[in-house]
Amino acid sequence: MTLSYVREQMVAPQPAPVRTTGFVGWARQNLFATPFDTVMSVIGIAFLIWAIPPIFNFIVPAPLGHAVPPGGTVEECRAAGAGACWAYISARMSFFIYGFYPPAEYWRPNLVFLLGALLLVPLLWPRVPFKRTNAILFFVVYPIICYYLLNGGVFGMPRVPTEQWGGLLVTLIISLVGIICSMPIGVLLALGRQSKLPIIKTLCVMFIELWRAVPLITILFMASIMLPLFMPQGTTVDKLLRALVGVTLFSSAYLAEVVRGGLQALPRGQYEAASSLGLSYWKSMGLIILPQALKHVIPGIVNSFIALFKDTSLVSIVGIFDLLNTVQAASSDINWSSPTQAVTGYLFAAFVFWIFCFAMSRYSIWMERRLDTGHKR
Amino acid sequence: MSEISETTVDREIDTSQMKVSSTEVAIDIVGMHKWYGDFHVLRDINLRVMKGERIVIAGPSGSGKSTLIRCINRLEEHQQGDIVVNGTELTNDLKRIDEVRREVGMVFQHFNLFPHLTILQNLTLAPIWVRGIPKAEAEATAMHYLERVKIPEQANKYPGQLSGGQQQRVAIARSLCMQPRIMLFDEPTSALDPEMVKEVLEVMISLAEDGMTMLCVTHEMGFARQVANRVIFMDQGQIIEQNDPENFFSNPRHERTKLFLSQILH
Repeated sequence: MTLSYVREQMVAPQPAPVRTTGFVGWARQNLFATPFDTVMSVIGIAFLIWAIPPIFNFIVPAPLGHAVPPGGTVEECRAAGAGACWAYISARMSFFIYGFYPPAEYWRPNLVFLLGALLLVPLLWPRVPFKRTNAILFFVVYPIICYYLLNGGVFGMPRVPTEQWGGLLVTLIISLVGIICSMPIGVLLALGRQSKLPIIKTLCVMFIELWRAVPLITILFMASIMLPLFMPQGTTVDKLLRALVGVTLFSSAYLAEVVRGGLQALPRGQYEAASSLGLSYWKSMGLIILPQALKHVIPGIVNSFIALFKDTSLVSIVGIFDLLNTVQAASSDINWSSPTQAVTGYLFAAFVFWIFCFAMSRYSIWMERRLDTGHKR
Repeated sequence: MSEISETTVDREIDTSQMKVSSTEVAIDIVGMHKWYGDFHVLRDINLRVMKGERIVIAGPSGSGKSTLIRCINRLEEHQQGDIVVNGTELTNDLKRIDEVRREVGMVFQHFNLFPHLTILQNLTLAPIWVRGIPKAEAEATAMHYLERVKIPEQANKYPGQLSGGQQQRVAIARSLCMQPRIMLFDEPTSALDPEMVKEVLEVMISLAEDGMTMLCVTHEMGFARQVANRVIFMDQGQIIEQNDPENFFSNPRHERTKLFLSQILH
């Protein structure tokens, strides 16, 4: 036996065996790899066959399923064996979207929705130019326009007090304002918590720990019931505004902790490299540290945003008519009373919440991939 | 270890250019002490570096070499004694610290490039935001230094797409873009694959030939022999021997130096 060996021919790459690719290969590997896998797969498939048809029948309108399509009558919904009463949803749709906003003024919220979409879509679409102008329009000009449009009292538009705002409009206002305002506050709190200055650090820690340790419901109750007791007589702060502030500060405390996680995940070398180049604290944070830290915690940030979006439904307990509250209120509408009325309403609300949350989730995943510069550690 | 530390560069070095002629002091450290909590890391450091001088700092790990050069641009704070860099004394005054950092470039063991920026953005960031140089001009300078470290074709890639040796050369170019008067190297080749050490050392040698003031913590004894004017040996937070490379390697005087050299040079 000799130890000396020299390879004279390199082995060319060959295609993988057929059994390991294609659908058969996939099923073998993923569904029927072991006897246990096979049993579990069979049980799973059986469950789907048992569960899907009733759900399908309930949701999908006739003739495919048993639901009553938009435009149907209440009698159809009351018939035995009828599925979801979509006719009821379409009949009360404007209430779900605008709440008690006067119907003659619906064009105002509509304009707000339209402007918002026109400004938000290009802002979220990286390839569209003029990001800076777009951002100023969306973050500064748009809120002002919205306020005057919705509130009225100028240019001959009748005033519509916030008590009359409702439905999806209010849900979107609270969540958008909450998301946009809590982000910078959260970042500042996270930086403050890492600060070397003891007073700033203590204040930030106290703020975060206080707001995080109290349930949102408590905060909303305090804001809407307790706060007016402490205010000098005659001064009132709008109920919606109070809820907005409560939701924003609550969410910013959570975001601060998420962002802090990102800051701590960065190697110390990044801070050192930034300072060794002579960058000041704010420049190194803004140019080096935060862009990386925030990118690392996109999943956590979006998680907080989604939680905030869903938590907006809690404002119903202080008497604000958000989407869920309008659905709840409409479910006692006797004109549409039927066995499936309430269930259909909640299904609709769940679906609307799901659409928005799912969109946020997909967008963030897409953004994460886009921002990936191949430095997985 | 021996193969790496004996890396030589097959190029004639013009040593006549490399004599220190300047009488200008670049760095002056007097009676400097530093503690980490109760631990006395640096003890009574006295070191004067002239302009254009190239100093290699060697020593066993934990001897305080890195801490010493990190004190020079205030990545670490010293508690006693004085450090004067280019005539500016380092104190708690942030303005002075920034002043010193602008003039002192630093290259790290782990490169510390900014992974979210392209190579070109890595190079132009500090000139644009710290020196206020217009973008076009900063990019021209950046390309000049990228050519100098022989990787201009990588300008639009991200650090994650480069090899270790290329990343370290980018890191050197990034420091040079600030046109520093002093360069600090903190074990610049220790994290590199053996095959990539040479390309980084070549860049450092060419810098030395240009008369850059350099302080280099390294285990590359071949580099020290070829390039340094002075080798400083540290142990237990103290400078225990310094000499010109010739005498340092052939005639070490302190017992600890002898032991160290016998461990790394076979």
